[in-house]
Amino acid sequence: MSAARLFGFGCLLALLAVCAACSHDRDEAAPSTVKLGERMSPGPWGQISRGRYLVRAGDCAACHTAEGGAPFAGDRAIPTPFGTIYSSNITPDPDTGIGRWTDEDFYRAMHEGIDREGDHLYPAFPYPWYTRLSRDDVLAIKAYLDTLTPVRQAHRPDELPWPLDQRGVMAVWNGMYFDAGTFQPDPKRSPQWNRGAYLVKGLGHCGACHSDKNFAGATDKDDPLTGGFAENAFAPSLAGGTRDGLGSWPEQDIVQYLGTGRNGRTSAAGPMAEVVEDSTQYLSKPDLQAIAVYLKSLPARKDSAVASVDKDTLDRGAALYVDNCEGCHLKQGQGEPGAFPPLRQSSAVQAKSADTLINVILNGSRIPRTAAEPTGLAMQGFADHLDDAQIADLTTYIRNAWGNRGEAVDAGHVEDLRKSLRQSPGG
Amino acid sequence: MNHDPARRDFLRLVGVAVPASMLLCACGGHDTGSAARGVRSTAYFESGEMDFIRAATARLIPEDALGPGADKAGVPAFIDLQLAGPYGRAERWYMQGPWPSGTDSQGYQLRYTPAQIYRQAIAGIDKHCRAKYQQSFAGLKTDQQDEVLHALEGGKVDLGDLPSKTFFNLLWQNTQEGFLADPAYGGNRDFAGWKLIGFPGPRYNYVREIGEYGKPYGQPYVSLIGRVPGEALTHAGGAA
Amino acid sequence: MARRLPPVDVVLVGFGWTASIIAQELTDAGVQVLALERGAWRDTVPDFATDHIQDELRYAVRKQIFESPERETMTFRNNTSQTALPMRHLGSFLPAAGVGGAGVHWNGQCWRFLPQDFVIRTHTEQRYGKGFIPADMNLQDWGVTYEELEPHYDRFEYLCGVSGQAGNVGGQLVAGGNPFEGARARGYPLPPLERCASTVLFDKAAREVGFKPFPCPAANASRPYRNPLGVQMGQCTYCGYCEWFGCGNYSKASPQTTILPVLLKKDNFRFKTHCAVTRVNTDNTGKRATGVTYVDVDGNEWEQPAQMVVLCAFAHHNVHLLLVSKIGQPYDPVSNTGVVGRNYAYQITSSVDVFQKERLNPFMGAGALGQAVDEFNGDNFDHGPQGFVGGGYIALWNTGGRPILQHYLPEKAPKWGAGWKKAMHENYLTACSIATHGSVMSYRSSYLDLDPTWRDAYGNPLLRLTFDFQPNELKMSGFLTDKAAQIGRAIPGATVHEKKRGGPYSIVPYQTTHNTGGAVMGNDPKTSVVNRYLQSWDVPNLWVMGSSVFPQNAGYNPTGTVGALTYWSAAAMKRYLKNPGPLVTT
Repeated sequence: MSAARLFGFGCLLALLAVCAACSHDRDEAAPSTVKLGERMSPGPWGQISRGRYLVRAGDCAACHTAEGGAPFAGDRAIPTPFGTIYSSNITPDPDTGIGRWTDEDFYRAMHEGIDREGDHLYPAFPYPWYTRLSRDDVLAIKAYLDTLTPVRQAHRPDELPWPLDQRGVMAVWNGMYFDAGTFQPDPKRSPQWNRGAYLVKGLGHCGACHSDKNFAGATDKDDPLTGGFAENAFAPSLAGGTRDGLGSWPEQDIVQYLGTGRNGRTSAAGPMAEVVEDSTQYLSKPDLQAIAVYLKSLPARKDSAVASVDKDTLDRGAALYVDNCEGCHLKQGQGEPGAFPPLRQSSAVQAKSADTLINVILNGSRIPRTAAEPTGLAMQGFADHLDDAQIADLTTYIRNAWGNRGEAVDAGHVEDLRKSLRQSPGG
Repeated sequence: MNHDPARRDFLRLVGVAVPASMLLCACGGHDTGSAARGVRSTAYFESGEMDFIRAATARLIPEDALGPGADKAGVPAFIDLQLAGPYGRAERWYMQGPWPSGTDSQGYQLRYTPAQIYRQAIAGIDKHCRAKYQQSFAGLKTDQQDEVLHALEGGKVDLGDLPSKTFFNLLWQNTQEGFLADPAYGGNRDFAGWKLIGFPGPRYNYVREIGEYGKPYGQPYVSLIGRVPGEALTHAGGAA
Repeated sequence: MARRLPPVDVVLVGFGWTASIIAQELTDAGVQVLALERGAWRDTVPDFATDHIQDELRYAVRKQIFESPERETMTFRNNTSQTALPMRHLGSFLPAAGVGGAGVHWNGQCWRFLPQDFVIRTHTEQRYGKGFIPADMNLQDWGVTYEELEPHYDRFEYLCGVSGQAGNVGGQLVAGGNPFEGARARGYPLPPLERCASTVLFDKAAREVGFKPFPCPAANASRPYRNPLGVQMGQCTYCGYCEWFGCGNYSKASPQTTILPVLLKKDNFRFKTHCAVTRVNTDNTGKRATGVTYVDVDGNEWEQPAQMVVLCAFAHHNVHLLLVSKIGQPYDPVSNTGVVGRNYAYQITSSVDVFQKERLNPFMGAGALGQAVDEFNGDNFDHGPQGFVGGGYIALWNTGGRPILQHYLPEKAPKWGAGWKKAMHENYLTACSIATHGSVMSYRSSYLDLDPTWRDAYGNPLLRLTFDFQPNELKMSGFLTDKAAQIGRAIPGATVHEKKRGGPYSIVPYQTTHNTGGAVMGNDPKTSVVNRYLQSWDVPNLWVMGSSVFPQNAGYNPTGTVGALTYWSAAAMKRYLKNPGPLVTT
């Protein structure tokens, strides 16, 4: 079956909106690779390996693989402020995956957020970013996904309240917050900067976590990357602030962080640890450098004033620090180079919200295991050791010791976070 | 409920079963109140047995000018909890018969668990004391108690098939444990044992201090459950 | 009836130090490796995390980190005239259970044996004459030399990030190191640990007496370290909870902190926990191992076929498995024939407690933080006038100051009561102890076999240990203790308490977990179970790792030599895999 015929066949399918009973373009019994040649445009192997690279760059596996589940078979619970959404199966299984999807179906999903049946997808699937991808890149991704072993895994119904469970609502949302459109290079900037912007604003969908979201869960279309909430953690600002952004990071530190999960300043924690493990460690040096160049060009947000913290809180926090943290992070919060990350001058520690820090204190953290840094040094959680008030004091202290500055945290907030972590599907 | 650093969590972690009703007494020594409410105040010992343990450990480590003794340090409660748990039941010991006796170098060969040893020994000792002094051990004067303890240590008290020396050694071992183990286990209350000797507790990094030869270590005493375990225990009891 | 599983290339019995090394090496060579571990999975976080690991009662006293004798133990007697009785709880030695094995709870004292140790019979006969060796002493050369093992010692030391001061690099003596050590190709990967107050006292005193003290080699990282596999270790914080604890700081070398992060990522490696291997199976010729049988946590019995079987359990368990699997001829002490169970050995320790006035802060320590002298180890001195074989090191280790088990009281202090309290108050911060750590030779009367009476939870007879200290060892240990006391007395203002080791050997007080022998290596199948590559003479696709292959015990902690022998054997296994068969023909 030629590619053109396949395309036509797919269109026909879409038109008829017939699914299960229809014949389709692959033999279920045969291994998926058998038909590759027929499904691919010229030079399939080059395209497939590029697709594999892009799939990693987009960290598709993170959402489309459930814990302990088959890769890319979906069914991972994605907590959103509105309810739990379950990711879909993107293996080429004809009934439950994307086995019957044409290239055009796939491109429309990536570019417009509309699935093969014509239904709107929820923006938990980051099409507001993926829309910026070139058609070539999208088709390369499809070419790679087509090589996967098909896994039968039906989509679990999302747990959303009315009216959000009506997918039509998303048309309204799209009207308000979404513009489809491929990335347009800025001719005034270098090709490297543009490559970085393309990766960050497109496939990397960094803004999905690192940009602020409004009440409807939409980010600013400019994607300012000044920090945002994600899965009970706070993704710190990637903009230019020296206290809580990347202002003091040389490009090399960004490259090292994304490539290995750590650098002399900090190490990846929480959801970002997974991002490094599953995605950024596989990016090429030039791409990481391009990302660094782009991020370093982001302007600093105006540094907001931070209220000073009373001495009693700091004293209590300091004592808790000595008893629980100092052994590894050391007296001045300087950490141990090559082992335990510093807390002093850390942008993550001083971030607008302390949620990531609180999260790490409650549940512990593991430095990503990457090819360059296989160890995976870990810290235990203190959820059973310290109460809410103690964690609040400790967090406040760490955010205000050794020249750090950050808004104080109260016990009620720790209690809330503890609760939502306990309820979160992953936690 | 606030999330307290619950000592009960800690004890569960280390495999010690603690009846919720007795947490207060295990930590604070406020057992009069719970006893008055008809709540059982020990995990393993009967009340007469507890009287023996308190009296005997108070002689093994007496209160004096150097500080609290075993009783004030919570050693009786510690032993009680230990015997109620896997240690008291000898859960890790090989307990298959037959049970011949051997040489000292072959080690322990009795079929009794530590908890059973205490039960049998205390009954035997009180019998011995009533016969010799017309009083239970707890009712004796301290010099008489010392006399009995020395007799036990020398293997001179008849406890049936249990050598009194075996019991004495076990009691003394457990008493030292209760005085010197982490306060999280109910003994070493207010760091009584650690303050006596100058051990700061589970501090974790001495890179800076190890080369400061002869200098006292400056940080306050700390337990696995924090600096003021007494308070933590009260919370745990309250939370139960 | 055991259910049969799909075959694997190599099955490893146990998943501690030796299994981790073998697995890492053989998976690199491209074969499928499966490790079967009777204990649980354990990792730094959460199992050894610093929020709970510094718990002396739980780990050191109640022994929760070791094997539990409840399911399987051994019986013990001092000699054949006694009835061996079960070791009902742990005492004299502390084998591990769980991933990482004893590599999790060791101190990190990581030595090389002396060149003469490997050729001790030849060397002793040459220097002192045949008559110098007692008739009942089964003294044997190892079949491998120090020079052959040197590159493998080097690999293990660089894997572990050993902190130390070389004393002999390429034949050139280096000041500050051990002048008696065999020549090494290069120095240690990390500089020595910091000295603490008590090791400084020892160092000065030992110099005064005329000895050459040096920092003990420590698999506790003195600096942050990255080993050749790319695995990182944190700098030791001297928290004083090494031996009998897992390290919460990634500072003590263990399989978890040096190999597993890389090994566990490999597609051709798998492990299973809570699987107790109860048999090595052989075909009807008895010359070929077909795999192993194991019992899982639910009591189900499984047969795991394999092309090659490697015994990587603790010394006792390796020997026990050989005996219950009826592989090799069991040792008969009467005729001094047979090999399996032959030449069990141990070590003989003693101490000299030192009481002085300076504050030592003993709680600031590390498992291998020590200063030693080696003048009386191996054959570093003239044994002629002494009339015994063997020796040991004298060291002041400051492994920690854990209050229940690590306090020293003067000889005359009351055992309990107000006097005990006063003695604790006056001595805890200022007392220290000098240790001697001596070799034990092998004898006709020291051996392992199967007990006729008691059985383990799987229905196998328990292993029976027959062992006592012999006059040669007691004499040697007494000699060492006197030398240690000489150093102790040279500490200003010190009074010393010499605690010599007397007989009979007792299984009750902890001494050391350096049990050796029972499946020894050598060049003669009549006196060894495995050849010089640790390959079974009888069953060439069966290999035995660990200290069970030591023909007798030397005066050092064994782990460094266990690691080196494992790398040495792994190199041989790679040759074997290309051309299976006996690597040494008889």
